[in-house]
Amino acid sequence: MAKYTLNINGKKTQVEAEPDTPMLWVIRDFVGLKGTKFGCGMALCGACTIHVNGQPVRSCQTPVSSLKKNSKITTIEGIGNTQLHAVQKAWIEEQVPQCGYCQSGQIMSAVALLKAKPKPTDEDIDTYMSGNICRCGTYDRIRKAIHRAAAMV
Amino acid sequence: MSSINNKNVNRRDFLRYTSLSSVALILGIPNVKASDTAVISNLSDLEEAFNLNPFVMIEKSGKITIFNQRPEMGQGTFQSIPALIAEELGLSQEQFTIKQTGGEKHFGGGQWSGGSSSVRTDYMELRKVGAAAREMLIAAAAKQWNASESECYAKDAKVFHKPSGKSLGYGDLVETASKLNVPKDPKLKDPKDFNILGKSIKRQDVPLKVSGQAVFGIDVEVPNMVYASVERCPVFASKLKDFDKTAALKIAGVEQVVEVERVFYNYKTIGVAVVAKNYWAALKGRKALKVNWDYQGHENFNSKDFSQYLRDLAKNEGVVDKSEGDFDKTFAESNNKIEAFYETPFVSHSTMEAMNCTAHWKDDGKLEIWASTQVPGSVIEDLPAIFGIKAEDITLHTCFNGGGFGRRLAIDFIIEAVNLAKTIKKPVKLIWTREDDTQLGPFRPPTFSAMKGALSPDGKVAAFQHKVIAPTILSFMTPKEDRTKPDGTMVEGISHQAYEIPNMKNTMVFADNHVPLLWWRSVTSSTLAFAHECFIDEMAQKAGKDPLQFRLDMLTKESDTKRVLQKLKEVSKWDMPLPKGKGRGIAQWEFFAGLGGCVFEVTKQSDNSVKIDKVFIAIDLGTVVNPDTVKSQMEGCVVMGITAATQNGITFANGKAEQSNFHNNPVMRISEMPKVEVHILAEGGKTIKGVGEPGLPPIAPALANAIFAATGIRLRKMPFDLSNLV
Ligand code: FES
Ligand code: FES
Repeated sequence: MAKYTLNINGKKTQVEAEPDTPMLWVIRDFVGLKGTKFGCGMALCGACTIHVNGQPVRSCQTPVSSLKKNSKITTIEGIGNTQLHAVQKAWIEEQVPQCGYCQSGQIMSAVALLKAKPKPTDEDIDTYMSGNICRCGTYDRIRKAIHRAAAMV
Repeated sequence: MSSINNKNVNRRDFLRYTSLSSVALILGIPNVKASDTAVISNLSDLEEAFNLNPFVMIEKSGKITIFNQRPEMGQGTFQSIPALIAEELGLSQEQFTIKQTGGEKHFGGGQWSGGSSSVRTDYMELRKVGAAAREMLIAAAAKQWNASESECYAKDAKVFHKPSGKSLGYGDLVETASKLNVPKDPKLKDPKDFNILGKSIKRQDVPLKVSGQAVFGIDVEVPNMVYASVERCPVFASKLKDFDKTAALKIAGVEQVVEVERVFYNYKTIGVAVVAKNYWAALKGRKALKVNWDYQGHENFNSKDFSQYLRDLAKNEGVVDKSEGDFDKTFAESNNKIEAFYETPFVSHSTMEAMNCTAHWKDDGKLEIWASTQVPGSVIEDLPAIFGIKAEDITLHTCFNGGGFGRRLAIDFIIEAVNLAKTIKKPVKLIWTREDDTQLGPFRPPTFSAMKGALSPDGKVAAFQHKVIAPTILSFMTPKEDRTKPDGTMVEGISHQAYEIPNMKNTMVFADNHVPLLWWRSVTSSTLAFAHECFIDEMAQKAGKDPLQFRLDMLTKESDTKRVLQKLKEVSKWDMPLPKGKGRGIAQWEFFAGLGGCVFEVTKQSDNSVKIDKVFIAIDLGTVVNPDTVKSQMEGCVVMGITAATQNGITFANGKAEQSNFHNNPVMRISEMPKVEVHILAEGGKTIKGVGEPGLPPIAPALANAIFAATGIRLRKMPFDLSNLV
């Protein structure tokens, strides 16, 4: 067991965990933020996507010990601060989610995409979002919502 | 009667409740009896709340709760079901909260989602529930004002008095209203006055799902909870011999290692559960286990042999599903006939949220469960017999389902968690890994189809046979399968297409199998339609006719199917020729859940691959509650249908599934998403058809038919690889 001080959504949190514990389980079960989801545990589905210093990472493949000190972690709960992020608003406008289980990960990837490419084309979206699986098949709406969000920010 | 002793629920309320529950029966909701009021768990925390019926609760403060009996798994029932009540009750969506029911007896037998049945079953019943409540509130207001009811109307959670403009909120009226008789035959709104039904209203679960707030089963947290992962034998129907837990117990956080039984109907296996302080420790502990299994000979099971076995069975005559005219004679005497054989694989459901359940077997013998399940009703009904517990001692919290697709119609993972909770006497969250979910079933059953067809001299279908060879889902649910007649689930739809065929004989050959099987979105329609509708295309080609016209020629009478095909013909511009290398394919399917059809447009690429350009999909509904939800379900059917047709499938070697996670059991990704155009046919009429499933069966055959049109390659085995068609 080791002690870690994590900066999650702007809040400092202390956790005690085995060094190899993936951030996915640290965030969900040690910190108690359940918006980040377990889908595959193998970096195949993107459901567990979080941001570390603004970069999207698969938290199921990120051991807590691998994070550099003072890394800024953002989860779905922290993406919008006081109000919903433009991407979340666009997601509501386009009524993207079906079961919704993949959507935290989709949104985290989309936010990162728009940071890297504020006006993405369909091809950009397809390339960037290909790591996120949606079994319910909301892909067409994800594309539309990303374009809508791009127009909003 | 145990839960009615709460001090806040007085005798009058109880009697009131009793009579209202019986009113629910009068309103036509099945299975609700006055005696069912023995469990009224929801009343215990309410001081001044009144239920005008079990589904609507109005508090004096004006807070209104509508109970949703249909679990939400992405199909939109969280919006569409309460909307049926809200519309009649004069509420807008912001004016009430929704509570998911947990199998409580007083909510009756409709507490499940599946078979595309929610809206079509509840459409009239729940509107009556809302209308009855509205009439009671209006009567209460009229009484208060000494006015006539006809001068009053309900809107926005208030009753208004037209002449004076006075109004009273529902909260102010509910005490009086709850003492009134419940109207037996409340007047329903005229659909032209609808504010919610038939409109693309935004779903209330969506804001929760974009902000990480929606609680899925896997998100539940209970004080002092532990976590578990279970090692189960990858070879089906094996027995546990022994195991060594020494290494597992050394992993930091691991608390104990115990046996646990999974019960999937009459398929029962024992696994080894590692219980730990956190899930990661449970996973590590599980890896450290040494377990010995007795495979019972099942280690020799493999897909190649099983396919051959099914092919060999095709020689058998089978039992007749439907016979019309004289197929045998017509086919034997024809000199213009064809035969073909179609195959489909085992398929996993792969819901994004893997199976999981949290259970707490308390010291007082009561049981509390938190789960994503499609069947809260069956959880409460089935557990008493398994665990010797009384139904009223079980509390179930139905969570949002991270996908269902039929997988969560079974409660094997719930029974497993309860078993474990009973052993360890602590609240425990048992989570399946993606590997467990992919490899351990239950799966969609593979169906093989032997097709025969003969053409008449004028190029019409003179004789047709669809023979299904398949293991059955039901064999896991009945002690002894009746093989003297076909299993309806396994021949779904093959004898119910609208095509007018003079000589037809559809049959089924039963196959033995030990790999757990279950319903999968649209069940066997998703496999049988592939064979059926591709073979119709094969016959069209043999007859030298256009595939769509060939179908219309078999539909001389007016029918829903004909309407769907004509719509597709129009919107896809079917009659406009495509350039060389491009092709269109069509298919339709009618079955218990409803009717859908689609046209695929594909382009052949220079490297033997095929690209899907566009999908036109039409669904025939009769009545639509939320067009946008229907549209999203159709988009979902396209994705799931293409995935099953071209990507995933489970094969077996040495008794085990060869696939384990999304890398070798892939599902479609965004880059593969074609353009989809949805057409909803809602012409009114008496029957309402289902939404969640009917879009799926025509996908695979329409795609395969389009590929044939573009390439000349006839695909008869799923999954087929779009990137390398030879
Ligand atoms: S759970 Fe991390 S990528 Fe799937
Ligand atoms: S919305 Fe269900 S998996 Fe994406």
